[in-house]
Amino acid sequence: MAEPVIRVQQLGKKYRIGMAEKKSDTITGAILNGLKSPLTNLKQIRNLSKLDVEDDSIFWALRDVSFEVQEGEVLGIIGHNGAGKSTLLKILAQITEPSIGEVRIHGRVAALLEVGTGFHPELTGRENIYMNGTILGMRKKEIDKKLEEILDFSGVEKYLDTPVKFYSSGMRVRIGFAVAAHLEPDILIIDEVLAVGDAEFQKKCLGKMEDAAKQGRTVLFVSHNLNAVVNLCSRSILLDKGLVTMDGGTKEVVDYYLSNKTFREVESAKSDNFLKSIFFMDDKNVNKNEFYFDEEIIFCFSFENIESRSKIGLAVYDEYERKVFIDFFNIPSSYYNSVIKARLPRKSLTPGIYNLTLSLLNPYEKVYWLKSNVSVFQISKLASKYEKLTYDFGVINLDILWEC
Amino acid sequence: MHKQVTIIRATRGWRGINIKELIHYKDLLWFLTVRGIKAKYAQSVLGISWAVIQPLFSTLVFTVIFGNLAKIDSNGVPYFLFSFVALVPWTFFANTLTDSANSLIANSAMINKVYFPRLVLPLSSIFSKGVDFIIGFILLIGFLIWYQLLPSWEIVMLPWLIGVLLMTSLGIGMILSAMAVQYRDVKHAMTFAVQLLMYAAPVVYPTTNVPARYQLLYSMNPMVGVIEGFRSIFLHTIPFPYTWMFVGTGVSIVLFVFSLFYFRRMERVFADVA
Repeated sequence: MAEPVIRVQQLGKKYRIGMAEKKSDTITGAILNGLKSPLTNLKQIRNLSKLDVEDDSIFWALRDVSFEVQEGEVLGIIGHNGAGKSTLLKILAQITEPSIGEVRIHGRVAALLEVGTGFHPELTGRENIYMNGTILGMRKKEIDKKLEEILDFSGVEKYLDTPVKFYSSGMRVRIGFAVAAHLEPDILIIDEVLAVGDAEFQKKCLGKMEDAAKQGRTVLFVSHNLNAVVNLCSRSILLDKGLVTMDGGTKEVVDYYLSNKTFREVESAKSDNFLKSIFFMDDKNVNKNEFYFDEEIIFCFSFENIESRSKIGLAVYDEYERKVFIDFFNIPSSYYNSVIKARLPRKSLTPGIYNLTLSLLNPYEKVYWLKSNVSVFQISKLASKYEKLTYDFGVINLDILWEC
Repeated sequence: MHKQVTIIRATRGWRGINIKELIHYKDLLWFLTVRGIKAKYAQSVLGISWAVIQPLFSTLVFTVIFGNLAKIDSNGVPYFLFSFVALVPWTFFANTLTDSANSLIANSAMINKVYFPRLVLPLSSIFSKGVDFIIGFILLIGFLIWYQLLPSWEIVMLPWLIGVLLMTSLGIGMILSAMAVQYRDVKHAMTFAVQLLMYAAPVVYPTTNVPARYQLLYSMNPMVGVIEGFRSIFLHTIPFPYTWMFVGTGVSIVLFVFSLFYFRRMERVFADVA
């Protein structure tokens, strides 16, 4: 087997998290603390960069991470917030050093951890293109050559000599991504940058990344957009609490992640005293998170401690954080503690990954509890009776009555 | 496959500057410098004239207070010229210190998102202040013509003076910027420290007012040689201060080399603590 383009060996990164301030209840104590504080501050701040001493405030963001990436491979990195994805990318992008371990990279790396780094509102679009491009490691000559293409891709040619502060945020993102898309590195590292911009532009960006992958570039892709990960990456690794918990085909990793995620979210939801349980099932009462396109989905949840005459709000968001629908239900008083079911008609949602948000409202329409991303479910492109449906489903699905 | 190999691992101890990498990023340095200049004077009525207003008004105030009221000796030249000649390099020095000390904190968003040699940040603050220096210098030439003063032949030493000025500003600027990332106290201290520092340099008074036995010690401040050198060349106040310049040059080289290593040493934690 050929030498891997990226080899990560036993990588670890520790941080020192800020220590809690000592508070005093007496005035004398407070004054004494105040007098001592420059000294304690000095000690604390000095320690921020001193990581040799192990104690409570040391936090391992990454532990013993090892993996290899072959040339031309597109690797997805998924995990919960705080799982260490960003830290891993920052090390690979050389923004920060690892505490232990080693990474060996063959070729030129471009890391996109943000769109439009270095943009200055007072500078014009053209100046910012050069600014941003050179920060990403391009030379002026390279940018000169690609300026046409960059402008084409961004579609803001008309405002090229206008200061960026007069741009809409969407236009800024466009310019930023357009520059990044023309970097042409051997290895492309991308973090969550697609979370911004409108859906159409996101599609364009994903397309550009697919192109990069097709041209044999190595791509590392971090995203919450699981659909994009599934579509782009053949292989994925799952990070959890700084450890690689799974490394394999994207499909299996995403499935494992989804099934685990639901479980975990209910665990944490339990602690906030309202939501007791949540799960999904199909019309045969089978518990699951992944549904066929033409299957009925039943959301089941039960609450406790809810106020009388409460109303449930149920909202579903797609992977672009757009709200797909919201519905409300007045809970009959005798059912406060029993399982409440919401049946979603067949074929009402198009294939994709969806997030559920739940809320509770009192009779005066005031939201007294709200939890977003309570759970995730997926609708596959498979229909139970049919073969795989490969076309783009569009935004909504309708049962059209055709006539001749 | 003959591609460049990058090895990322924890580094320890002191390390030198990676010149090759710095050259690769020279265009970034250029654009950051332009950004520094343009952004500073954007949407202001007087624009770049602010570059001359600062030293000019300081000179006027000093002339009234130190020249007319306190009657400080100005080596026999009009006090106005005496202090203005000193303020041109001093304003550059003071402004670069404040600016480069803040350069890393102000750009922490960039440091956290992209890898590039961090040194370009303090470097660009110094270069963008260079424009102010040149404008101040042109104004100085205007005054010299007005007063019909010809510079002495030691004007050939001007590159030496400016070299020491640059090295000192850059050296202290780099140390301060690296310190400021971790200790924000630097930022708070800068404003008044720069004001106080001015009295440790011969800006409002001549070095000849310093007792002779302390003058050598005093000239360990590289700005002493620079300022007195400027005065000697343009105002013929004293013979060209070779001794002070040699001492100052020595100090500034030591300072500069130390700052390069110190900056590199601190660089690795910038992203973690910024």
